[in-house]
Amino acid sequence: MSTFIQTLFVGLRLGSIYALVALGYTMVYGIIRLINFAHGDFIMVGGYTMIFTVPAVLALGLPAWAAVIAAIAVCALVGMGTELIAYRPVRKKGTKMTALITAIAMSLLLENLAQAIPAIGPNPKVASQIFTAGGISFAGVTLEYTTLLTIVISAIVMVVLFQFTQRTKLGRAMRCVSEDKEAATLMGINVNHTILATFAIGSGLAAVAALMYMAQYPKIYTTMGSLLGLKAFVSAVLGGIGIIPGAVLGGIVIGLVESFTTSYVSSSMADAFVFLILIVVLVLKPAGILGKNVGEKV
Amino acid sequence: MKQNKTMQGYLLNTVVIVVLFAAFQMLTAAYGGSGSFKLVIAPCLWQCCYLIILAASLNLVLGFLGQLSLGHCGFMAIGAYTAALLSLACERSEVFKNANDPVYLVIIFACILAAGVLSALVGLLVGIPALRLKGDYLAIITLGFGMIIVNIINNLPFCGQDGLALGSASASLYKNGLGFGSKSKVTFLWVALLTTIVCMTMMFMFIRSKYGRCIRAIRDDEIAASASGINTSFYKVMTFAYSAFFAGVAGALYACANATLSTSSFAFTNGGILNSTFIVVMVVLGGMGSLTGSVVAAVVMFLVNYQIKNGAWVALLPASVQGVFQYPMLVYAILLIIIIVFRPKGIFGAYEFSLRNLPADLKASRARKAAEKAERKEAGAHV
Repeated sequence: MSTFIQTLFVGLRLGSIYALVALGYTMVYGIIRLINFAHGDFIMVGGYTMIFTVPAVLALGLPAWAAVIAAIAVCALVGMGTELIAYRPVRKKGTKMTALITAIAMSLLLENLAQAIPAIGPNPKVASQIFTAGGISFAGVTLEYTTLLTIVISAIVMVVLFQFTQRTKLGRAMRCVSEDKEAATLMGINVNHTILATFAIGSGLAAVAALMYMAQYPKIYTTMGSLLGLKAFVSAVLGGIGIIPGAVLGGIVIGLVESFTTSYVSSSMADAFVFLILIVVLVLKPAGILGKNVGEKV
Repeated sequence: MKQNKTMQGYLLNTVVIVVLFAAFQMLTAAYGGSGSFKLVIAPCLWQCCYLIILAASLNLVLGFLGQLSLGHCGFMAIGAYTAALLSLACERSEVFKNANDPVYLVIIFACILAAGVLSALVGLLVGIPALRLKGDYLAIITLGFGMIIVNIINNLPFCGQDGLALGSASASLYKNGLGFGSKSKVTFLWVALLTTIVCMTMMFMFIRSKYGRCIRAIRDDEIAASASGINTSFYKVMTFAYSAFFAGVAGALYACANATLSTSSFAFTNGGILNSTFIVVMVVLGGMGSLTGSVVAAVVMFLVNYQIKNGAWVALLPASVQGVFQYPMLVYAILLIIIIVFRPKGIFGAYEFSLRNLPADLKASRARKAAEKAERKEAGAHV
């Protein structure tokens, strides 16, 4: 029983990290219909920013997690830069396929550029302690503070984001653009600015996810984002891409599947299981768990 | 009349290929013993051969069917492991004694064929559920599939992460079978060339057939194609399996050219030249929808990669550029973005190089340039 509860919480923690990343994927996909393959690498950017800013933050007398503010800023800038330099020009004249290939190229570029920068290099870096060590024990189960904080902070971020998209002017603009770009333009919404804002917010969420990830696995390397990003994307697709609650649901499901497979089946098969679930869901319900099947217009 | 022209084209190509092949055999016989041929040229040719087949086979799916598949290396992994294990099994059951055995040749071709067939079967299995989806979803599902394959191979007791043998790292167990040393690479170079020629011919015939026209119709407009009575799912799955077959063959050649196999060589991205992304780069560079473009791009990319890693001129460059060259994927990523932004169609676009049409194409190109020039001149005169 204690193993079960432990596994459940590990799954929830993993799931909330996936959900945070999946939100970025889902928002960008909702608005420009593009899988932003580089999104996973924004996590890496956030991670390295924190590695370099944590000493400065500690010197100022602030707690280590305050470095996430710098990471959010840097990630948002990188996200907007990616959109401006690569995605926007290609979107203007290319097809969907070329846009997708550009996204893959951007991901490769970020990963390898990071390796080529001498201060980063190909070797992993070890992060310092982010949250207080220790945990709460009850009935033979130990829950680390990191786990609890990860789950709570992610939940808060998600609620805030949901309220943001429902109530604020920018959030409404985002929903409009994702529904119908031309109509949104006619209503006086600046589509390009809205897309840029979406990239900034999505990338900022990736920085928060990087903080959670670092708190648990204090090892940062340049390709850390690729598998994490992929699984987060799988979560977004699983829940129904373009739908914000769907991303959260998908993230939690994937996190639970992964942690239960690891502790009850085999740790090396966990990734295969995640993709297997994706395939099964896509075959049975191609629009995802919360998505609606929409017929194709001729 | 048209029939006649097609026949002429095939005849011309056959003659040229046979002449080239014979010339090549003579060159191999003459220089086969020399060091640079054995150590540099022959291994390079092997690499070029499987890269050409890989790029062209992905082009069937990416360029002609218009679906992005990111798990192409998964099929290659299946082919490579199938060929290696089969040759290992034959060696252990003493079907052949050594490479001079006449049965050995039969085994090589059987391994290559088996690799292709098994890959095609898996391609069929993956394609049936995956191709119900389109575009982005297909990309992700093939990517996931590529990872599952590597994951499964890693967990099989007889293949394993560190190479073919259980437990022992990079044991070149099958090296008496298919894993060629530098001498065998020269002796059996013709196998690689012949396989490449046969594969390319099969792919060319495929895209020029009724099937090829159907899949191009699906690429251009799926709804219109299905309204015209084309069974889109059937053609999609068939193309996917057909492409997987050649990826498997390429994998078998890879197994021949390397004495050890490791699943990390077949990942989505890695530091080396061989990964699913690199194949996409080759296809995009050559032109989505041009098989000859893929051949040219595979050779060009191979040479670029080789020069970046081994070229003497690299040492003359400033240190910062050399630093960038240590990460070849960085160079390819930038290259890919530049191509996509400035020339989305790739080098060849949808143009196919053809010997028979070469004079006509050249003439047309000259005429077009002359017309453009005249137009510019006229525009200048008006100003």
